[in-house]
Amino acid sequence: MDRFLKKRMPMEFYLGIVILMMVLFFSITTDEFFTLRNILDLTEGYAVSGIFALGLFVVLVTGGIDISFAAVASVVQYAIASLLLGGYIDGALQSILLAVALGIFCGLFNAVLIYYLNLVSIIITISVQSLLFGILMWLTNGRSIYDLPEWWTTQHEIFPFTIGTDAYQIGLPFLLMLTLTFITWIILNKTNLGRQLFAVGGSQESARRVGIRVGLIHLFAYGYLGAAAAIGGLVQVYRMGEVVPNALVGGELDVLAATVLGGASLTGGKGTVIGTLMGVFLIGILKNGLNLIGVSSYFMNIVIGVVIVIAISITHYKKRKETNVGFA
Amino acid sequence: METLPENTQVGSLISLNSLSKSFGGHKALNNITLDIYPGEVHCLAGTNGCGKSTLIKVISGVYQPDDGAEIKINGELVQKLNPNIARNLGVQVIYQDLSLFPNLSVAENIAFELNMQGLFHWHNKAKLYKKAQRVLDELKFNINIDEKVEALPIAQRQQVAICRALVADAKLVIMDEPTASLTRTEVNQLLRTVHYLKSKNISVVFVSHRLDEVLEISDTVTVIRDGTKVGSFPAKDMSPKRLAELMTGIEIEYTLKPTRTSENRVILEVDGLSRKDQYENISFKLYKGEVLGLCGLLGSGRTELALSLFGITKADSGKIYLDSKPVNFKNHSDAIKSGIGYVSEDRLTLGLVLQQSVSDNAVLSILDQLKNRMHFIDDYKKIKIVRQWIQDLDIKVSNTENPISTLSGGNQQKVVLAKWILTQPKVLILDAPTVGVDIAAKNSIYQLIHKLSEQGISILLISDEIPEVYYNCDRILHIEHGQIMNEYEPGKITESFLEGVVNG
Repeated sequence: MDRFLKKRMPMEFYLGIVILMMVLFFSITTDEFFTLRNILDLTEGYAVSGIFALGLFVVLVTGGIDISFAAVASVVQYAIASLLLGGYIDGALQSILLAVALGIFCGLFNAVLIYYLNLVSIIITISVQSLLFGILMWLTNGRSIYDLPEWWTTQHEIFPFTIGTDAYQIGLPFLLMLTLTFITWIILNKTNLGRQLFAVGGSQESARRVGIRVGLIHLFAYGYLGAAAAIGGLVQVYRMGEVVPNALVGGELDVLAATVLGGASLTGGKGTVIGTLMGVFLIGILKNGLNLIGVSSYFMNIVIGVVIVIAISITHYKKRKETNVGFA
Repeated sequence: METLPENTQVGSLISLNSLSKSFGGHKALNNITLDIYPGEVHCLAGTNGCGKSTLIKVISGVYQPDDGAEIKINGELVQKLNPNIARNLGVQVIYQDLSLFPNLSVAENIAFELNMQGLFHWHNKAKLYKKAQRVLDELKFNINIDEKVEALPIAQRQQVAICRALVADAKLVIMDEPTASLTRTEVNQLLRTVHYLKSKNISVVFVSHRLDEVLEISDTVTVIRDGTKVGSFPAKDMSPKRLAELMTGIEIEYTLKPTRTSENRVILEVDGLSRKDQYENISFKLYKGEVLGLCGLLGSGRTELALSLFGITKADSGKIYLDSKPVNFKNHSDAIKSGIGYVSEDRLTLGLVLQQSVSDNAVLSILDQLKNRMHFIDDYKKIKIVRQWIQDLDIKVSNTENPISTLSGGNQQKVVLAKWILTQPKVLILDAPTVGVDIAAKNSIYQLIHKLSEQGISILLISDEIPEVYYNCDRILHIEHGQIMNEYEPGKITESFLEGVVNG
């Protein structure tokens, strides 16, 4: 037992324990939490955050950061909806491809500014967020679009099943998130590209010296987040059945906090795909459970803030102890 | 002056001819000719800024030489060299920072080149681990292949970097200051590795400040001064003293420190000081204006003792008297207020704020004295004090507002010293003050030590460089395994005797 404790456990182990404890707590304190209906709702409700977080994680791995993804997602949503409405494009496939292309373009735009002009990523992506969101609100006057094609908003039945008289299904958003999880995991852990992403996050100078094309790696990372933002945007419309230009912006920091909670480091090179999802769902479960208990949403923010501060302090304290910075 | 190795019948691995490199109008390298032979250990020696780093960067393709240079690798003329071409030709550089990925495993760091074969190819973990393990075994390094590099001590990180060079089929391994942060045992291990590389007919270019090591390991020493080659010499015919003279171009005459003249007053007395697992029953007296050497290898407890004297750690038992009054420092600001200064061994992380300017660093410890009536920093006063000290210590700096990271090691160390001298300490503890400082700057630091002692400041000089303590101290304490073994006076023993005692 002693040896078991002394061995350094991965971040996911602790996250798993915390999630388990929270599930246990909310199952005891509320009747509704540990029901199939609630669990499925929860997975679907946080699928969009999960999709964003996966994209953001890839950028964090390289040592960068991007705050603009929610604005990118909103712009993509609105652009595609407007184009459909105007009859410029038609059909699901065309719309999705165009959306993803637009998302990637925004990501590449960030990467070019950050890498080739050597600007600080957090500053530049905050500016791009502000710019994109500003243009969007100015052009649309904040008007929502409700008149959307059927393929986009009709709920698809995926793995429908019934227990007793209740009908359930696994949501399309959750399934898409799992697919993206798998793709991200494959890229990061099973391809040379993924290893180079981690290497750039570990030390950009060393990466350059072994011959990694660091610019290309940045382009990929931000492009990937752009694509994830576009997909997340489309999925969010699918869930809500409408395009609201200011529905997503403002939620970036929640996604960022969840990703960092999951083990990603703002200095790069750290974290895992699974950890990232655990971070997202840890916050999801916390919000959902507190909501069911009847905690006010203001108080909920306090609880979430405290949880994140504690979690990040613990991991950094552990790391500090391991590397033994300073005296004594 | 030119004496080439005799085995010229072997074709050289790398041959440089009339190689120059200018930056703007400044000629960093001037008409260099250099041959490196297969399996040769070749040392590049020179003071800071002499151009040896520039030369390494030309050989590794980072810098392009000026027109007219001739570079031959394996007897073939190389038209254009960039880092990739140089690597493919077998030139591997191990930079001082080692260029590793702290967040990745040992295996992945060693065999990272396998990750470079096509971005969208599958990452073959099994093959990578096998390849890395083979090199680790070959070099007999005992490192856990799964461990992250950030968790390794510096000596093992260096071994990982050497393994990486070997995986890449290196024919020439260039090591930039490889011994700067190693203990003596670790240096010995490194030297064994270099011997192994030599036996595999791999050439090694060594850049180092520590002259004795250089001569121990090298076949050939090439001395560079002010961008010009002074000559290449067989290492076995060279002495550290002669090498130092060739490097600096000045005759260096080491003389014993003149006898102390100040009054015989005890400033610092330590009585039976112990701290568990670090040092035991330490007693000594430090007189006014005396330079007391504390000579011992890394890990002998010398730094731990210094930290306790400076109030950073607390001794378990024993007493410290300052000016005959018992003191018990709660922390190091207590110690500073009482008049103790400490120049850390690790000046980069503990002694300086690297991004800040030279002047801001220099006045860091006396900010209180610079306060004006409004409790703001008085800039005029600051500039005046800094100017004075730059002049007194002969610190070479073009602008005192430049970040301190732009200064050379020797000049950085002088700023650290200035910072402490400004506090007007009674006792100054200098922990390995000339590590990573070149020979010319070393001498000016020694002169400074002498000057301070003349002014009546007592100095505890901690070092494992024998000449450093031998020629600069009034008395020398030998510390080993946390205990003071003996006390010596330089005039009464020889340098080599002390060498034998300390290095065992």
